[in-house]
Amino acid sequence: MAKVRGAVVVDTEVCKGCNLCVVACPTLTLALNRNVNNKGYHYSYMENPENCTGCTNCSTVCPDSCITVYRTKTVH
Amino acid sequence: MSVLTERINQIIKPENLVYAKTPLLNDDAMHYCPGCSHGVVHRLIAEVIEEMGIQEQTIGVSPVGCAVFAYNYIDIDWAEAAHGRAPAVATGIKRVMPEKYVFSYQGDGDLAAIGTAETLHAINRGENIVMIFINNAIYGMTGGQMAPTTLIGQITATTPFGRNADLNGYPLKITELIAQLPGAAYVTRQSVQTPAAVRKAKKAIRKAFEIQAKKIGTAFVEVVSTCSSGWKLTPVASNKWMEDNMFPQYPLGDLKDSGRADADLYRIKG
Repeated sequence: MAKVRGAVVVDTEVCKGCNLCVVACPTLTLALNRNVNNKGYHYSYMENPENCTGCTNCSTVCPDSCITVYRTKTVH
Repeated sequence: MSVLTERINQIIKPENLVYAKTPLLNDDAMHYCPGCSHGVVHRLIAEVIEEMGIQEQTIGVSPVGCAVFAYNYIDIDWAEAAHGRAPAVATGIKRVMPEKYVFSYQGDGDLAAIGTAETLHAINRGENIVMIFINNAIYGMTGGQMAPTTLIGQITATTPFGRNADLNGYPLKITELIAQLPGAAYVTRQSVQTPAAVRKAKKAIRKAFEIQAKKIGTAFVEVVSTCSSGWKLTPVASNKWMEDNMFPQYPLGDLKDSGRADADLYRIKG
Protein backbone atom coordinates (compact mmCIF):
# COMPACT_ATOMS: atom_id res chain seq x y z
CA MET A 1 0.00 0.00 0.00
CA ALA A 2 1.29 3.37 -0.98
CA LYS A 3 1.39 5.84 1.83
CA VAL A 4 1.85 9.57 1.51
CA ARG A 5 4.61 10.88 3.72
CA GLY A 6 5.55 14.46 4.22
CA ALA A 7 7.97 16.69 6.04
CA VAL A 8 8.10 20.40 6.70
CA VAL A 9 11.13 22.62 7.20
CA VAL A 10 10.57 25.72 9.29
CA ASP A 11 12.88 28.70 8.92
CA THR A 12 13.23 29.05 12.68
CA GLU A 13 14.78 32.52 12.61
CA VAL A 14 11.90 33.96 10.53
CA CYS A 15 9.14 32.16 12.50
CA LYS A 16 7.33 34.41 14.97
CA GLY A 17 5.54 31.64 16.88
CA CYS A 18 2.02 32.84 16.00
CA ASN A 19 0.68 29.28 16.40
CA LEU A 20 -1.53 29.50 13.28
CA CYS A 21 0.22 26.56 11.57
CA VAL A 22 -0.19 24.42 14.69
CA VAL A 23 -3.94 25.07 14.65
CA ALA A 24 -4.18 24.51 10.89
CA CYS A 25 -2.31 21.17 11.00
CA PRO A 26 -4.90 18.36 10.64
CA THR A 27 -2.52 15.61 11.80
CA LEU A 28 -1.13 17.22 14.97
CA THR A 29 2.35 17.18 13.48
CA LEU A 30 3.39 20.69 14.42
CA ALA A 31 3.85 22.29 17.83
CA LEU A 32 5.66 25.29 19.23
CA ASN A 33 9.13 24.50 20.48
CA ARG A 34 10.01 25.09 24.14
CA ASN A 35 13.18 26.81 22.97
CA VAL A 36 13.15 30.27 21.44
CA ASN A 37 14.89 31.71 18.39
CA ASN A 38 17.13 34.78 18.38
CA LYS A 39 14.10 37.10 18.40
CA GLY A 40 12.65 35.34 21.46
CA TYR A 41 9.77 33.58 19.73
CA HIS A 42 8.83 29.94 20.37
CA TYR A 43 9.28 28.69 16.82
CA SER A 44 7.17 25.99 15.19
CA TYR A 45 8.65 22.51 14.65
CA MET A 46 7.60 18.96 13.82
CA GLU A 47 6.75 17.40 17.15
CA ASN A 48 5.28 14.24 15.59
CA PRO A 49 7.10 13.99 12.25
CA GLU A 50 5.71 10.53 11.51
CA ASN A 51 2.20 12.08 11.22
CA CYS A 52 3.03 14.56 8.46
CA THR A 53 1.28 14.01 5.14
CA GLY A 54 2.66 17.09 3.37
CA CYS A 55 -0.79 18.67 2.94
CA THR A 56 0.65 22.25 2.83
CA ASN A 57 -2.03 23.61 5.17
CA CYS A 58 0.65 25.03 7.48
CA SER A 59 2.50 26.81 4.69
CA THR A 60 -0.80 28.15 3.33
CA VAL A 61 -1.70 29.99 6.53
CA CYS A 62 1.84 31.01 7.54
CA PRO A 63 1.96 34.82 7.53
CA ASP A 64 5.75 34.87 7.38
CA SER A 65 6.17 32.29 4.59
CA CYS A 66 8.74 30.43 6.67
CA ILE A 67 7.50 26.87 6.00
CA THR A 68 8.70 24.67 3.14
CA VAL A 69 6.83 21.41 2.53
CA TYR A 70 8.05 18.14 1.01
CA ARG A 71 5.91 15.14 0.10
CA THR A 72 6.65 11.68 -1.21
CA LYS A 73 4.91 8.36 -1.73
CA THR A 74 6.46 5.36 -0.07
CA VAL A 75 5.37 1.82 -0.87
CA HIS A 76 5.15 -0.62 1.99
CA MET B 1 21.27 9.80 14.19
CA SER B 2 17.92 8.22 14.91
CA VAL B 3 15.87 6.27 12.40
CA LEU B 4 13.24 9.02 12.41
CA THR B 5 15.69 11.79 11.50
CA GLU B 6 17.05 9.60 8.74
CA ARG B 7 13.55 9.05 7.37
CA ILE B 8 12.81 12.78 7.44
CA ASN B 9 16.05 13.51 5.60
CA GLN B 10 14.99 11.03 2.93
CA ILE B 11 11.79 13.02 2.37
CA ILE B 12 13.49 16.41 2.31
CA LYS B 13 14.82 16.35 -1.23
CA PRO B 14 14.31 18.82 -4.09
CA GLU B 15 12.27 16.33 -6.13
CA ASN B 16 9.75 15.99 -3.28
CA LEU B 17 9.22 19.73 -2.88
CA VAL B 18 5.51 20.67 -2.93
CA TYR B 19 5.55 24.13 -1.40
CA ALA B 20 8.27 26.73 -1.07
CA LYS B 21 8.26 30.49 -0.65
CA THR B 22 7.86 32.23 -3.99
CA PRO B 23 11.06 33.94 -5.21
CA LEU B 24 9.06 37.15 -5.56
CA LEU B 25 9.07 37.51 -1.79
CA ASN B 26 12.34 38.95 -0.56
CA ASP B 27 14.21 37.30 2.28
CA ASP B 28 13.63 40.24 4.65
CA ALA B 29 11.76 39.13 7.75
CA MET B 30 8.43 40.97 7.75
CA HIS B 31 8.00 43.65 10.39
CA TYR B 32 4.37 42.66 11.01
CA CYS B 33 3.25 41.32 14.38
CA PRO B 34 3.02 37.52 14.78
CA GLY B 35 -0.08 36.18 13.05
CA CYS B 36 -0.82 39.36 11.06
CA SER B 37 -2.98 38.81 7.99
CA HIS B 38 -0.81 41.23 5.97
CA GLY B 39 1.86 38.55 5.62
CA VAL B 40 -0.58 36.08 4.07
CA VAL B 41 -2.03 38.64 1.66
CA HIS B 42 1.47 39.77 0.61
CA ARG B 43 2.34 36.17 -0.15
CA LEU B 44 -0.89 35.63 -2.13
CA ILE B 45 -0.23 38.72 -4.26
CA ALA B 46 3.36 37.60 -4.87
CA GLU B 47 2.23 34.09 -5.82
CA VAL B 48 -0.46 35.40 -8.20
CA ILE B 49 2.02 37.76 -9.89
CA GLU B 50 4.52 34.93 -10.22
CA GLU B 51 1.95 32.49 -11.62
CA MET B 52 0.75 35.04 -14.17
CA GLY B 53 4.35 35.91 -15.07
CA ILE B 54 3.77 39.66 -14.79
CA GLN B 55 6.55 40.58 -12.37
CA GLU B 56 8.08 43.11 -14.80
CA GLN B 57 4.70 44.67 -15.68
CA THR B 58 3.27 45.12 -12.19
CA ILE B 59 3.32 48.32 -10.17
CA GLY B 60 1.99 48.38 -6.64
CA VAL B 61 0.88 51.46 -4.74
CA SER B 62 1.40 51.08 -1.03
CA PRO B 63 -0.60 53.01 1.54
CA VAL B 64 0.11 54.73 4.81
CA GLY B 65 -0.40 52.17 7.54
CA CYS B 66 1.24 48.92 8.53
CA ALA B 67 1.68 47.96 4.87
CA VAL B 68 3.73 51.10 4.13
CA PHE B 69 6.86 48.92 3.91
CA ALA B 70 5.29 46.48 1.44
CA TYR B 71 8.00 47.47 -1.06
CA ASN B 72 10.53 45.71 1.16
CA TYR B 73 8.83 42.37 0.73
CA ILE B 74 7.51 41.93 -2.81
CA ASP B 75 10.06 42.24 -5.59
CA ILE B 76 8.09 44.41 -8.05
CA ASP B 77 7.91 48.15 -8.75
CA TRP B 78 6.21 50.18 -6.04
CA ALA B 79 5.04 53.73 -5.51
CA GLU B 80 4.22 55.16 -2.12
CA ALA B 81 1.12 57.34 -1.91
CA ALA B 82 0.08 59.97 0.61
CA HIS B 83 -2.44 58.82 3.19
CA GLY B 84 -5.57 57.57 1.42
CA ARG B 85 -4.46 58.70 -2.03
CA ALA B 86 -3.34 55.33 -3.38
CA PRO B 87 -6.30 55.07 -5.84
CA ALA B 88 -5.44 58.51 -7.24
CA VAL B 89 -1.77 57.60 -7.66
CA ALA B 90 -2.74 54.25 -9.18
CA THR B 91 -5.08 56.06 -11.60
CA GLY B 92 -2.22 58.27 -12.77
CA ILE B 93 0.17 55.34 -13.23
CA LYS B 94 -2.42 53.27 -15.09
CA ARG B 95 -3.40 56.12 -17.43
CA VAL B 96 0.20 56.87 -18.34
CA MET B 97 1.14 53.20 -18.71
CA PRO B 98 -2.08 51.36 -19.62
CA GLU B 99 -0.18 48.15 -20.47
CA LYS B 100 1.02 47.75 -16.86
CA TYR B 101 -0.78 45.92 -14.08
CA VAL B 102 -1.42 48.44 -11.31
CA PHE B 103 -2.80 47.63 -7.90
CA SER B 104 -3.28 49.56 -4.70
CA TYR B 105 -2.95 47.90 -1.32
CA GLN B 106 -4.75 49.71 1.48
CA GLY B 107 -6.00 49.25 4.99
CA ASP B 108 -9.34 50.35 6.36
CA GLY B 109 -8.04 53.58 7.88
CA ASP B 110 -6.47 54.47 4.55
CA LEU B 111 -9.22 53.36 2.18
CA ALA B 112 -12.39 53.83 4.22
CA ALA B 113 -11.54 56.91 6.30
CA ILE B 114 -9.12 59.46 4.89
CA GLY B 115 -9.24 58.09 1.34
CA THR B 116 -12.98 57.54 0.95
CA ALA B 117 -13.31 60.24 -1.73
CA GLU B 118 -10.39 58.97 -3.80
CA THR B 119 -11.59 55.39 -3.46
CA LEU B 120 -15.18 56.01 -4.48
CA HIS B 121 -14.30 58.33 -7.35
CA ALA B 122 -11.57 56.10 -8.75
CA ILE B 123 -14.01 53.19 -8.81
CA ASN B 124 -16.85 55.35 -10.12
CA ARG B 125 -14.61 56.36 -13.02
CA GLY B 126 -14.13 52.63 -13.66
CA GLU B 127 -10.34 52.85 -13.55
CA ASN B 128 -8.77 49.59 -14.69
CA ILE B 129 -6.89 48.94 -11.48
CA VAL B 130 -6.98 46.32 -8.74
CA MET B 131 -7.63 47.48 -5.19
CA ILE B 132 -6.76 45.21 -2.28
CA PHE B 133 -8.49 46.32 0.91
CA ILE B 134 -7.36 44.93 4.27
CA ASN B 135 -10.19 45.42 6.75
CA ASN B 136 -9.23 44.75 10.37
CA ALA B 137 -11.73 47.20 11.93
CA ILE B 138 -9.03 49.21 13.66
CA TYR B 139 -6.13 51.61 13.05
CA GLY B 140 -3.41 49.02 13.60
CA MET B 141 -0.24 51.01 13.03
CA THR B 142 -0.97 53.99 15.26
CA GLY B 143 -1.95 51.90 18.27
CA GLY B 144 -5.44 50.53 17.81
CA GLN B 145 -7.70 53.58 17.53
CA MET B 146 -11.29 53.43 16.27
CA ALA B 147 -11.66 53.23 12.49
CA PRO B 148 -14.86 53.78 10.47
CA THR B 149 -15.11 49.99 10.16
CA THR B 150 -14.91 49.37 13.92
CA LEU B 151 -17.87 47.32 15.14
CA ILE B 152 -20.46 48.65 17.56
CA GLY B 153 -19.30 47.80 21.08
CA GLN B 154 -15.73 47.09 20.01
CA ILE B 155 -13.15 48.31 22.49
CA THR B 156 -10.32 50.36 20.97
CA ALA B 157 -7.82 52.90 22.28
CA THR B 158 -10.22 55.78 21.52
CA THR B 159 -13.42 53.94 22.47
CA PRO B 160 -12.41 52.34 25.80
CA PHE B 161 -16.05 51.56 26.65
CA GLY B 162 -16.84 50.17 23.22
CA ARG B 163 -17.98 51.98 20.08
CA ASN B 164 -21.24 53.79 20.77
CA ALA B 165 -23.54 54.37 17.80
CA ASP B 166 -24.96 57.58 19.33
CA LEU B 167 -21.50 59.06 19.73
CA ASN B 168 -19.36 57.40 17.04
CA GLY B 169 -21.85 56.38 14.37
CA TYR B 170 -22.03 53.06 12.59
CA PRO B 171 -19.52 50.71 10.96
CA LEU B 172 -18.90 51.77 7.36
CA LYS B 173 -19.65 48.93 4.94
CA ILE B 174 -17.61 50.47 2.16
CA THR B 175 -17.48 47.31 0.09
CA GLU B 176 -21.29 47.28 -0.13
CA LEU B 177 -21.16 50.95 -1.16
CA ILE B 178 -18.58 50.20 -3.84
CA ALA B 179 -20.64 47.32 -5.23
CA GLN B 180 -23.34 49.90 -6.14
CA LEU B 181 -20.98 51.90 -8.35
CA PRO B 182 -21.30 51.33 -12.11
CA GLY B 183 -17.53 51.46 -12.60
CA ALA B 184 -16.83 48.45 -10.40
CA ALA B 185 -16.29 45.23 -12.35
CA TYR B 186 -15.63 42.78 -9.55
CA VAL B 187 -16.24 43.32 -5.84
CA THR B 188 -15.59 40.52 -3.40
CA ARG B 189 -14.94 39.96 0.28
CA GLN B 190 -12.56 37.25 1.45
CA SER B 191 -10.65 36.24 4.56
CA VAL B 192 -7.40 34.39 5.26
CA GLN B 193 -7.88 32.66 8.61
CA THR B 194 -8.01 29.02 7.44
CA PRO B 195 -6.25 27.14 4.63
CA ALA B 196 -9.52 26.92 2.67
CA ALA B 197 -10.16 30.64 3.05
CA VAL B 198 -6.61 31.44 1.94
CA ARG B 199 -7.03 29.37 -1.22
CA LYS B 200 -10.33 31.13 -2.01
CA ALA B 201 -8.74 34.52 -1.40
CA LYS B 202 -5.92 33.64 -3.77
CA LYS B 203 -8.42 32.74 -6.49
CA ALA B 204 -10.18 36.07 -5.94
CA ILE B 205 -6.92 38.03 -6.20
CA ARG B 206 -5.98 36.13 -9.34
CA LYS B 207 -9.40 36.88 -10.85
CA ALA B 208 -8.98 40.56 -9.98
CA PHE B 209 -5.70 40.74 -11.89
CA GLU B 210 -7.23 38.92 -14.85
CA ILE B 211 -10.11 41.42 -14.89
CA GLN B 212 -7.58 44.23 -15.05
CA ALA B 213 -6.13 42.66 -18.21
CA LYS B 214 -9.63 42.67 -19.75
CA LYS B 215 -10.04 46.42 -18.99
CA ILE B 216 -13.65 46.12 -17.82
CA GLY B 217 -13.50 48.25 -14.68
CA THR B 218 -12.13 48.27 -11.18
CA ALA B 219 -11.56 44.98 -9.36
CA PHE B 220 -11.93 45.35 -5.61
CA VAL B 221 -10.92 42.62 -3.15
CA GLU B 222 -11.64 43.16 0.53
CA VAL B 223 -9.84 40.82 2.92
CA VAL B 224 -11.37 40.68 6.39
CA SER B 225 -8.28 40.51 8.57
CA THR B 226 -7.10 40.31 12.13
CA CYS B 227 -5.07 42.77 14.17
CA SER B 228 -4.03 40.72 17.16
CA SER B 229 -1.98 43.57 18.67
CA GLY B 230 -4.78 46.10 18.24
CA TRP B 231 -7.45 43.72 19.47
CA LYS B 232 -5.21 42.61 22.40
CA LEU B 233 -5.73 38.92 21.60
CA THR B 234 -3.49 36.04 20.56
CA PRO B 235 -3.40 35.31 16.80
CA VAL B 236 -5.54 32.18 17.25
CA ALA B 237 -8.05 34.00 19.49
CA SER B 238 -8.12 36.85 16.95
CA ASN B 239 -9.18 34.47 14.22
CA LYS B 240 -11.96 33.16 16.47
CA TRP B 241 -13.04 36.71 17.34
CA MET B 242 -13.07 37.61 13.67
CA GLU B 243 -15.25 34.62 12.80
CA ASP B 244 -17.66 35.36 15.66
CA ASN B 245 -17.93 39.14 15.33
CA MET B 246 -16.60 40.39 12.00
CA PHE B 247 -18.22 37.83 9.68
CA PRO B 248 -21.84 38.63 10.69
CA GLN B 249 -21.15 42.30 9.94
CA TYR B 250 -18.94 41.70 6.92
CA PRO B 251 -20.27 38.52 5.25
CA LEU B 252 -17.86 36.81 2.86
CA GLY B 253 -18.51 36.25 -0.82
CA ASP B 254 -18.76 38.02 -4.16
CA LEU B 255 -20.83 41.21 -4.09
CA LYS B 256 -20.55 42.02 -7.77
CA ASP B 257 -19.13 40.17 -10.74
CA SER B 258 -20.58 41.69 -13.87
CA GLY B 259 -18.04 44.08 -15.36
CA ARG B 260 -18.41 47.82 -15.73
CA ALA B 261 -22.00 48.95 -16.39
CA ASP B 262 -23.03 49.86 -19.92
CA ALA B 263 -22.68 53.62 -20.43
CA ASP B 264 -25.92 53.69 -22.45
CA LEU B 265 -27.86 53.07 -19.25
CA TYR B 266 -26.64 56.45 -17.98
CA ARG B 267 -26.81 58.44 -21.23
CA ILE B 268 -29.21 61.40 -21.56
CA LYS B 269 -32.27 60.57 -23.57
CA GLY B 270 -33.45 62.57 -26.57
